[in-house]
Amino acid sequence: MEFMFDLIANGLLVGLMYALVALGFVLIYKATSVINFAQGDLLMFAGYAAAVMTGGQGMPLWAMVLVLCAGMIVLGFVLERGILRPMVGQPVVSVIMVTIGLSFVLQGLVTIIWGANTRELALPVRFDPYIVGPVYISPINLVAAVIAILFLIAFGVFFTRSRLGVAMRAVADDQQASMVVGIKVPRVFALSWAIAGLAAAAGGIIWGNQIGVDTFLALVGLKVFPVVILGGLDSIGGAIIGGLLMGVIESLAAGYLDPVVGGGTKDFIPYVLMILVLFVRPYGIFGHETIERV
Amino acid sequence: MINREAGVFQTSYEGDMALYTLPLARNTTRVVVALLVLLPIPLMMANNEHLMSIVTTIALAAIGAIGLNILVGYTGQISIGQGAFMMVGGYTAAILSSRYGMPFWFGILAGGCTTALVGVLFGIPSLRIKGLYLAIATLAAQLIIEWVINHVPWISGGAQSSIYVDNPALFGFEFNTEFRRYYLVLVVFLLAFFGAQNLVRSRIGRAFIAIRDRDIAAEIIGVNLFRYKLLAFAVSSFYAGVAGALWTYYLRIANYENFVLVVSIEYLAMIIIGGLGSVLGAVFGAIFIKLFPIALDLTVVSVSEGVFGIPYQDVANFLANMQLFLFGALIIFFLTVEPEGLARMWEHVKRYFRLWPYSY
Repeated sequence: MEFMFDLIANGLLVGLMYALVALGFVLIYKATSVINFAQGDLLMFAGYAAAVMTGGQGMPLWAMVLVLCAGMIVLGFVLERGILRPMVGQPVVSVIMVTIGLSFVLQGLVTIIWGANTRELALPVRFDPYIVGPVYISPINLVAAVIAILFLIAFGVFFTRSRLGVAMRAVADDQQASMVVGIKVPRVFALSWAIAGLAAAAGGIIWGNQIGVDTFLALVGLKVFPVVILGGLDSIGGAIIGGLLMGVIESLAAGYLDPVVGGGTKDFIPYVLMILVLFVRPYGIFGHETIERV
Repeated sequence: MINREAGVFQTSYEGDMALYTLPLARNTTRVVVALLVLLPIPLMMANNEHLMSIVTTIALAAIGAIGLNILVGYTGQISIGQGAFMMVGGYTAAILSSRYGMPFWFGILAGGCTTALVGVLFGIPSLRIKGLYLAIATLAAQLIIEWVINHVPWISGGAQSSIYVDNPALFGFEFNTEFRRYYLVLVVFLLAFFGAQNLVRSRIGRAFIAIRDRDIAAEIIGVNLFRYKLLAFAVSSFYAGVAGALWTYYLRIANYENFVLVVSIEYLAMIIIGGLGSVLGAVFGAIFIKLFPIALDLTVVSVSEGVFGIPYQDVANFLANMQLFLFGALIIFFLTVEPEGLARMWEHVKRYFRLWPYSY
C-alpha cells in the first residue's frame, strides 16, 4: 500500500512535467491545427542552450532563464513565419512532414554545434529527498512541479483574462469568424508558436535537469502523444489531466509490471493505452468532437 | 520526333484499357525494364558490387514506398508505421526460414500476409479517426511493434534481436552473389510496381481515391468505408511485409535496427518528396532519398580530404549529423517549394517536351 502511494505521488509529479510539455503541443494544435512533431526537439534545443549557458563559469541562473525564454520565443516566431506559414492549405501529411523535417534539422544542428556528449544541467536544488509519511519526494521533482503549476496557472489566466488570450481561443474556435471580427489570424498563429517555444524552454530546463541533456531529450516529445490523445488534442485542461493520469499509469506500470515482464513497460503501456483511447473515445476526455458534414 | 501522342486511335476495347495506351509510353517502359535487366552485366564486368548493392537497396526501398503511397497517397490514411510493418514481415520470414526451413518464396509471401493482418489490426482505428489522430495511432503501432519484437524472445531470437538466415535458393540456384540477389529483388520490384499501377486504376483504386478526397462523400456514393480502408491498410502492409522479408533475405539477417521509427519517417519522406498519389513518384522518392546520403558522403569526404586535408575518420561524426540536418532541411525545402514532389516535376518536363520545340 505504501509502495503504491509512493508510486502515485511520483507519478503525479512526473505527470505535471508531461503536462508542461503537452501544453506546447495543445497550444499549437488549438490555434493552428498543426501537430508539432518537433516539440520534443525544441525542448532538446532549449535544454542544450540552457546547459551551454550555465556550463563552466557561465551566466547566473536568472540571466540564463531570461535569455533562453527570449530566444525560444524568437525561435518560435521565426519557425512559424519561415516554415509553417507556406504550409497553410497543404494536406495534413505534408504539414506533419514539415515538422518532422524541422525535428531532424534541430537534432543535426544541436549535435553539429554542441556535440553529442551528455551535458549536465545543474539547478541549485538540494539532493536529499523529503520524506512525507511513506512517500519519498526528491526536491528537484517538487521544483519541477511548482514551475509546471505556475506555468499552467499563468496560461490559464492568459487565456481567460487577457485580450490576446481570448483572441487565440477565438481563432482556435473558428478562423474565418475571428477574421471577420478583426482578429489578425496570422499574428495569432505566430504568437502560439512563440508560446510553444516558451513552453519548450521551461520543459527543456526541467527535463534537462532530470535526465541530462543530450539528443535523447527529444524523446520526451514522443511521450507526450499519449498524454494529449488521452486529454484531448485541443484542450488545455485535458493536457494537464492527461499528463497527470499518464504519469500515474506509467509509474504504476513500472512499479508493478516491470518485475513481471522484465522492465521497459514504461515505454510500452502509454501507447497501448493510447490506442485503446483512440478506439473508444478518439477525441480524448476533454477534446472537442468534430461533427462532419458533406 | 517526340510528338508521338497524335494519331493514336484505339480500335479495340483491350487497347483502350491497356496500362499504357501510347506506343511511346509502352516502348519507354520496355526500354527501362530491359535496361534494368541488363544493368548487372556491365557492373559484373567492372566487378562493382558496391554500385549493384546501391541499386538493389533502391529497388527494395521502392517496394516499401509504393506500398506506403497506396495507403497515404491514394487512400489518404497517414501512416508513420511503415518501418514497423516491414519489421513484422522481416521477422516472419526469418523465423520461417531459419527455424522451420521454409523456402524463401514462402517466407516472402508469409511475411506479406502476416504483415497484412497486423496492418489491418492497426488500421481498425482508421474507421473512427483520421488525419492527425491516425498519424499518432500509427506512430503508436510503430512503437508497440518495436517493443514487442524486442521483448519477446521467441520472436527476436534472444539478446541481439537478430536472426540469421541462409542464402535464398530456388531449384538449387543459390542467390549467393550481389548480382544474383539483384535479380531476386528486381522481379519482386517489377511485380510490385506494375501491380500497384494496375491496382490504382481499378475499381478498388478509384474507391481509395474517393476516400482520400472526402470519405463521407465516398460513403454516400456507395463506397464501403470499412472494407476499403482496411483493404488499403492490408495492401500497403502486404507491400511493407514483402519488402521487409526481402530485406531479411538480402542482408541474410533480420534485425530490428533496420526498421526503427526513423526508417518509417524516411519512407514517408520518400513518398512526399516523390509525389503523393503517384506510383512512379514513390520510385523517384526512393531513388532520391537513398542516393542523397551517398552523394553527400562522397562530396563531404572529397572536400575534407582534398581541400582541407582532413582524413575521413575525423569527419565521420560530423557527417552523420550533417546528414540528419540536410535531410530535414531538404524535406522542408521540398514541401515549401514543390509540395507535389518529383512526380510533378517529371510531368512538367514531359509537358515541356510534348510541344517542343514549337511550344507556342
